[in-house]
Amino acid sequence: MLSKRIIPCLDVRAGRVVKGVRFRDHVDMGDIGELALRYRNEGADELVFYDITASPEGRSVDRSWVELVARRIDVPFCVAGGIRSVSDARDVLHAGADKVSINTPALERPGLITELSDEFGVQCVVVGIDSIREADGEWRVRQNTGNPDMTSAPGLRTIDWLMRVQELGAGEVVLNCMGADGVREGYDIEQLTAARAICSVPLVASGGAGDRGHFLEVFEQADVDGALAASVFHSGDVSIPELKSYLIERGVQVRPFSAG
Amino acid sequence: MKREVVLIDAGGTNIGSVSYALERLGARAILTDDAGLIRSAERVVLPGVGAAGPGMARLRAANLVQTIQELTQPVLGVCLGMQLLYGHSEEGDTECLGALPGRVRRLPGGPGLRVPHMGWNLLEPLRDDPLLDGIKQPSWAYFVHTYAAAPDAATVAASTHGGPFAAVVRSGNFCGMQFHPERSSLVGARLLENFLNQ
Repeated sequence: MLSKRIIPCLDVRAGRVVKGVRFRDHVDMGDIGELALRYRNEGADELVFYDITASPEGRSVDRSWVELVARRIDVPFCVAGGIRSVSDARDVLHAGADKVSINTPALERPGLITELSDEFGVQCVVVGIDSIREADGEWRVRQNTGNPDMTSAPGLRTIDWLMRVQELGAGEVVLNCMGADGVREGYDIEQLTAARAICSVPLVASGGAGDRGHFLEVFEQADVDGALAASVFHSGDVSIPELKSYLIERGVQVRPFSAG
Repeated sequence: MKREVVLIDAGGTNIGSVSYALERLGARAILTDDAGLIRSAERVVLPGVGAAGPGMARLRAANLVQTIQELTQPVLGVCLGMQLLYGHSEEGDTECLGALPGRVRRLPGGPGLRVPHMGWNLLEPLRDDPLLDGIKQPSWAYFVHTYAAAPDAATVAASTHGGPFAAVVRSGNFCGMQFHPERSSLVGARLLENFLNQ
């Protein structure tokens, strides 16, 4: 049986891992290669590297660290940030990334999803969606969230976009619930459950993890395939080996830490 | 002397990570689409991520179909590379290499059964094989795929997503791994090591 995935997300800015609260006030967390290896050794099932400055600045990710990570770790990883073309994606995948994740460029040009899945297969193509509940109660997407000054609202309902990206060839969706992000009060179960109901490809929850109970909750209640988190892992508040034992004891199928 | 492995350049995007995994094991990975180099290699790996149609088109364009079919040294197909070793893939209705008996079909989807099959799943050994030396149970491997072959006489280990499918196969000198050993941590490293040791 397929196991649920625990996915630390490393936000990358200028070649360093950083963290922020509600996408602002970034603090340096350390060297990419060292942190990648640390999480691999702690039993992370997959890593996501998100270049938070890439999209707003209209540039592609610096690939030198992608190859460094690919050489060092033996678990899968995904690279997000500023991938705007098949050529950008090819560079990142050939450097050793297993998947690419696109967010703002997909909103600007939805055909990019199809181009990537035609070229590399749907399994390489992750679509990241930043979503927030608006005053009328609807969840809508945001773009350019890496830079708060450039963040904008294209007016698209999250549910509509989620349907569309699957039709276009997304092989996985990471739903980042911005209202919950960085505040550690738990994943947005309501929104993730609504997304799960219409998502037939793997769905990864993002935003809100504060303790191990939140992971149990999101797997049990929203039936997501993976749970992504950053600050709780970086700070050491949640240790991945302990989290995995906790989930296994409660009947959630995960790859045990001892599996290496 | 370093063990040498020739990687067939079929345009797959996991070429980098397969090379790095082999290098971590102390082997030297040579990437090529040169038929002579491939024929004379001690061991050959056919990596691959992507779709069957473009994968086969690339092998045909490089004139490698017959070369691969006639190889007698150990050959390992990884992920799409394994699927290309079969006779046919449902993906794009593609005629493949036919080095392994059988056909590749789309995985079943449905409620609670997400396709692509993406993540860590258990390897279920079906028979003894040197490829499984030192692989203890339970063992987890990292899968990312939409198509797979049904278990048959060539299947060394299966895995299950909806139904069982072939995860590790061997037919003569041709082996395949449907998951990504290069991304399957210690289990993957041991499986690759076992391939290098045969």
